[in-house]
Amino acid sequence: MRERTLITPQSVPSLPSHIRLQFDDLRQKWVVLAPERVLWPDDVSVDILKKCDGAGSTDEIIERLAKDYNADRNVIETDVIEFLQDWSDKRLLEVHS
Amino acid sequence: MPAPGPPIGMLAELTHRCPLQCPYCSNPVELMKANREIDTDGWISVFDQAADLGVLQVHLSGGEPTLRRDLDDIISCLSARAVYTNLITAGVNLSEKRIAALVNAGLDHVQLSIQGATADVTELIGKYKNGFASKLETARLVREAGLPLTLNAPIHRHNIHQMRQFVDLALELDADRLEIANVQYYGWAYLNRSTLMPDLADVKEQVEIVETARAELKGILNIDFVTPDYYADYPKPCMGGWAQDAFVIIPDGTVLPCHAAQTISSLEFDNVTDRPLADIWENSSALEAYRGFEWMAEPCRSCPRKELDHGGCRCQAFAVTGDAAQTDPACILSPHHGELRQIAEAAVAQEPGEFNYRRIS
Ligand code: SF4
Ligand code: SF4
Repeated sequence: MRERTLITPQSVPSLPSHIRLQFDDLRQKWVVLAPERVLWPDDVSVDILKKCDGAGSTDEIIERLAKDYNADRNVIETDVIEFLQDWSDKRLLEVHS
Repeated sequence: MPAPGPPIGMLAELTHRCPLQCPYCSNPVELMKANREIDTDGWISVFDQAADLGVLQVHLSGGEPTLRRDLDDIISCLSARAVYTNLITAGVNLSEKRIAALVNAGLDHVQLSIQGATADVTELIGKYKNGFASKLETARLVREAGLPLTLNAPIHRHNIHQMRQFVDLALELDADRLEIANVQYYGWAYLNRSTLMPDLADVKEQVEIVETARAELKGILNIDFVTPDYYADYPKPCMGGWAQDAFVIIPDGTVLPCHAAQTISSLEFDNVTDRPLADIWENSSALEAYRGFEWMAEPCRSCPRKELDHGGCRCQAFAVTGDAAQTDPACILSPHHGELRQIAEAAVAQEPGEFNYRRIS
């Protein structure tokens, strides 16, 4: 049986092929299209999601975000992991470890 | 009234034809024959207009949408416009080849209905021989083709005892989501209300099982739960508000705010073969009728919950009170709330009668 994925710094998250992050020209907003759902992630969420490319680990994603936002990685780490865990629990993210 | 924002979702009932005969079918009691259906070019034009208008997700439904041979063309057209496509099927007539063609066309997701968690209940409801086995096979093929799967289980007194089995089945079939949807009583379901209505004890047990499964399966299976109106304290926010985010088109091209809206006999609807979709979305009298909050009477008008539930379902208000502008009687604040409970209790006190199966007359 499937098991719940727990996000660790080593997890490598990506959007499954049936979850689409795309820019909506009409509304000038990023949108996530998923089975029977449409989500409107805020700017920070979009930045995180764009980095979920199936190549970088959560640790590296945090590193890159800290750089982009000129933030202390220890400060953002918990938030990013929490976000990824939440999206994974909603089955919107795929994770390889 | 200010112009409405762009719609996000669209339910396209491509045909009313279906191999099954579910007695709660959400199609109207007066089913349309195939000769009233708009043709391929008609649908393609509608979907192009819908994409222009801002629609991001299209639910291809019926009847049984796969009975339309042009389904692949329809999906290709939507996928070329980056619109997310969801196929809602009963899954009794799909070969591996057909599924591959749908995937090729760009289909994003499949929602498969199951009438029971076992073969006997599935066949009792759908009246289709070997339906259950075909559905399981379809689920397998869908997953094998790499498509995400939702199982949709409409619930009533004949399968309300199968909650855990539905959950296990969803896991076994590697579904991404399970929708446990208590039947809503309009149209065919309204005709069969006394045969379908579950009793309160069963409903309470159901809620408990679903809540437990949900907590247990966090991150493993998404479970959506449509609670039963007749035992509710507050109504559901039907369609996210009348003509707010979504609309429905039925096989002949008529545009509705929700699939049951034709049960409201005072409304007049527009058709995409007469008027552009954008014009209908903005100006159709049926869509304007209960848009926003202006139409509301008390107790909804001054209620703090109105932004949440938009006063509930107009069709249910009409079915029970005869006036679609009333508060949905599922709401505890509606003066008709007690009637709903009485109807349910009277229904379950009877021995279930024969089903009035759906059929084209
Ligand atoms: S509810 Fe049953 S009869 Fe109606 S369209 Fe769906 S599968 Fe067919
Ligand atoms: S009174 Fe109207 S707005 Fe308030 S909870 Fe009931 S249905 Fe919703």
